[in-house]
This record gives sequence, structure tokens and C-alpha cells, in this order.
Amino acid sequence: MIKQAFEDRMFQTFNHGFLLAITLLVLYPLVYIVSASLSDPTYVNSGQMWLWPKGFTLEGYERVFANRDIWTGYMNSAIYTVAGVLINLAVTLPCAYALSRRGLPGRKAVTLIIVFTMFFSGGLIPTYLLVKSLGLVNTYWALLLPSAATAINIIVSRTFFQSNISREMEEAASMDGCSDFRMFAVIILPLSKALIAVMALFYGVGHWNQYFGALIYLSDRDLYPLQLFLREILVQQEIASQMLMNGGDIELLMSEQTRITELIKYAVMIVAALPLIVVYPFVQKHFVQGVMIGSLKE
Amino acid sequence: MSTLSSNIRKHWQLYVFLLPALAYFVIFHYIPIYGAQIAFKHYSAVKGIWGSEWIGFDHFERFFNSYYFWLLLKNTLQINVYQLALFPVSIIVALSIHEVTRARFKRFVQLVTYAPHFISVVVISGMILVFLDPSTGIVNTIIRALGGEPVSFITEPGWFKSIYVLSGEWQNLGWGAIIYLAALAGINPELHEAAQIDGASRWHRIFHINLPGIMPTIIILFILNLGSFMNVGFEKIYLLQNPLNMEASEVIQTHVYRSGLLQAQYSYTAAIGLFNNLINFAILLTFNRLARRSGNSLW
Repeated sequence: MIKQAFEDRMFQTFNHGFLLAITLLVLYPLVYIVSASLSDPTYVNSGQMWLWPKGFTLEGYERVFANRDIWTGYMNSAIYTVAGVLINLAVTLPCAYALSRRGLPGRKAVTLIIVFTMFFSGGLIPTYLLVKSLGLVNTYWALLLPSAATAINIIVSRTFFQSNISREMEEAASMDGCSDFRMFAVIILPLSKALIAVMALFYGVGHWNQYFGALIYLSDRDLYPLQLFLREILVQQEIASQMLMNGGDIELLMSEQTRITELIKYAVMIVAALPLIVVYPFVQKHFVQGVMIGSLKE
Repeated sequence: MSTLSSNIRKHWQLYVFLLPALAYFVIFHYIPIYGAQIAFKHYSAVKGIWGSEWIGFDHFERFFNSYYFWLLLKNTLQINVYQLALFPVSIIVALSIHEVTRARFKRFVQLVTYAPHFISVVVISGMILVFLDPSTGIVNTIIRALGGEPVSFITEPGWFKSIYVLSGEWQNLGWGAIIYLAALAGINPELHEAAQIDGASRWHRIFHINLPGIMPTIIILFILNLGSFMNVGFEKIYLLQNPLNMEASEVIQTHVYRSGLLQAQYSYTAAIGLFNNLINFAILLTFNRLARRSGNSLW
């Protein structure tokens, strides 16, 4: 008995230590980025700033917000996310509901058609050629239609409907002469707020974070989502000359430019991730719920 | 009047519900699968898919005989196997979190480890590039402080695969654990009680109750993982690639993008893409068949 209590405590200590180490390992880069975005670059670049901000400055953020591209990107990403999610919900939820109705003829076939696409696809080139032939290239639609729904989200939604909507209620409603349309809109949807929230979040994050679709389908900079501008700044090292100006039209000295470049990068990372960071703590449990629903599908 | 057709007519509205999704999948998934036949043709935009000339396996032969075929295959497989080797990490994290009794600590761990999952691949790549910068990056600062020489991680081919796989693990170890945590919650607590009465230690219980309890989930996720075996999240690879690390970072998918979209070699790269997808599918089928013998499979 005593041996077990001692062993238990040893285990707990070890377990907690292990998890604490992992958590700090995950946390540190995030804290570093935030601090670096608020610190004087000299301290950051020399390594003197390693945890908390040193030489507090908002210059990075000032320069980022002065950049027109960032605002264009923000607005476009917002459009893509909102419009995208609306389309996603309109395509996914009705389909999932229909597939959850057990008596529906052809249900298995449709499910198979949808699920098969999770395992096999035509490939990047045939898909690109299709989008091009539909005339969607270089339009907002190129980022909204090809991603109108994902098979996995339809399956997760179907599982939700299957386990959360009682058959008796459906039968009672249909016996009262309630059409399927009405039943869905007036009864099912209000009961499925949790699912709608989860789907909106899953799809929304996908839209906000995506860059590759924009990369291959868009050439007009006015249509670029935020991530594409981020790519220019963070990966291609093309800091818009706008951001390297010295209040007016005089470009900063080369040495100043190198110093500021890193600072701008840190700030722009935070600015881009800002909506998700702000929303995350509140919705985290919804995401987890979503994954849990999906995991019960078997 | 057969019941089937009256059933269909009664629920015509449900079929309307199915329409948008079906239309979407047919247009954006099945038509491209049909279009993949250009892999066997000499595609010309003017002649279209039907008019283009059939050349059979010529593209495939060209690919297999190319000087870069083995390099692409090697890089793709190496990165994949590397990633697969880290597959147990999320499982271990889940088993670990599951044993935590302090609710606040548990929530703290979960809140922090789930967060990186939501960071976009562009920002992750940006983070990698600033952290590994040879002169200003924190990693090299630490190396210098310990008396070492700064390493140019991003331009060294030898480091690429580790950077790619380990950063992916950092991002996903928490999120990947969620499914296992859900499965662990479903294990009958009576099993644990009985084991405790018999004097089994924590370790013992984890290995002999928890692990077997979530084995179905593990197997299914493993198979799903294999299903995208050859795909290797190339969005991130594409962002981290540069001419200096190319020999380690060029994989099948990035080659398809570069030669296909950027150099308009449409049917050639469609063939490569098709090869890629077929291998994926074959691996998936094989492992699913193997798993079926153990009673746990995707279908």
C-alpha cells in the first residue's frame, strides 16, 4: 500500500515534470516572438533580449501598419474567410443532415463518393487546369469555390446529426406535416449551434491561414490574402520599401534597414496571427469538441 | 407503386440538400481525376484533353529515367519516414495528459500545446527563418554563447529534414493528442479499478490498459497518415526551400509545382502527380488490408 503511494507520487512528479518541459518548449518561441516585436532590435540581434522585451519600442508595429499591402491583405483575408465560411456551411450542413437520415435511398453511395475523395485525387495540375477552364483564375472565386467543402467536415457533421437529433422528434414533426426544408431550418439548426460554431471555426481558420491557393490562382495583388504578403516579407525577404522609409521620402541608412528588417518581421507575424490569438482562448474548447465529435465516427 | 420510388419522392427535399455538395465534389474532385488522363497524352491547350495525342507511358518513362527521379524519391521517402518515426510523440503526450489530476495544470498544458496548430504555415516558416538566422537568430546566439561556431541551418542541406520534421512536431504534438485523449476517455474505468485492486502500478496500467484501449484509434490514424505518405506537406517545404538546400528539400510535389505550373509542362507533371497519388493509394490499401486482419481498419 505504502509502496503504491510512493510509486504514485514518483510517477506524478515525473509526469508533471515531463509535461511542464514540453509546455515550456512550446511556449518559449511564442513568448520570444511577442517580446522581440516590442524590443529594440539591437538587443534582440545580439541576443541580449531572450525572454522579456528590452528597449521597449512600438516602431515595428508602426511601420507594419503604415504598409498599404498589409491592410489590403487583411481586408481580402477577411472577405475570403467570411464568404468562404458562409459557402462552406451552406454546402456542408444540409448535405450532412441529409446523409444522417437513415432511410434515405442512395445514402451509402453518396457517402462513398464523398469519402473516396479523401484518399485519391486527380492531382495539382488537372485541378489547376480545371479551375482555369472555368474562368476562375485571378478572381475571388478561385479561393472560394474549389474549397467549398471538405469530406472530413461533412462526415463529422453527419456524426453530430446522427447522435444529437432524436428520431422520435423527427418522426413526430413529419407526422405533423413538417417538410424536410422546414424541419432543417426551424428545428435542426437551432439545436446544432455547437456544430455550427465548430464548423465555422474549422473552416474559418483554414481560410485565414491558406496561402497556396492564392499563390497559384492569383496574379492581381489587389486580390492577395494576407498570407501572401506575409510570404513576401517573411520568406522572400522582400520588405516593402514603404516600411523602410524615415518619415517622409528619405530611405533609412542601410545599417538602419538591416536593423529594422527583423523587427518588422516579428511585428508582422504578431499582426497576422492577431485575430486567431485573440479568439483562441475563448474558442479552444469548441475546437476540441469538434475533434472529439469526429473521433466518434467509427 | 414501389416503396423505393415513393420513398425517394417523399424526401426530394433531402436530395436538394445533397446537390451543392455533390456538385462540388463532382466538379472539383472527380473531373480533375478524369483530367488526370493527360498524364498519358501529349497535352496541348489548343487541342484540349480529347484532342491531345495519346502517348501512353512516355511521360512516366521520362520521369523514371530522369536524373532527378531517385533524388526526389529519396527526399520524399526520407522526410516521410522521419515524420512517421515521431508518430508516437502525440500518443505519449496524450497518455501523459490523461494521467494529470490537477485540473488547472491540465488546462494550462492543453491551452499552450494546442495553440501552435493554428499558426499559419507562412508564419511558422517565418519563425523558423528568424530563429535560425546565422547572425541574428536566437539559436545561433545560444550556440555562440556556448562557445560554438554559428551554423547556417537554412542553407545546409543536411539540416533541412530535421528542421522540417521537428518544427512540424512542435506545431502538432499537442493537437495530435486530442483524438487520443478522446479515446482514452472512453476506456472503461472499471478496468483501472480492478487493476488497482490487484496492485498494478501506474506504468503497468498505462501499458496494459490504456495503450491497448486506444490501439484501434492509433491504427486508424496511422493508416490515414500513410494515405498521404507521398504528399509530405509540401506547402511548408516550398516556403523553406532555397537553391542551396535544394538537394535535400526537393520532393515530388514541389517538383510538380515548379515544372508543372511554373514551366507549363502540364501533362508531364500530371503524370508525376498521378504516380504520386497511385503510390499513396496503394500504400493505403496495403496497410488497411494488414490492419483488417487485426480487426481494426478503415474499411
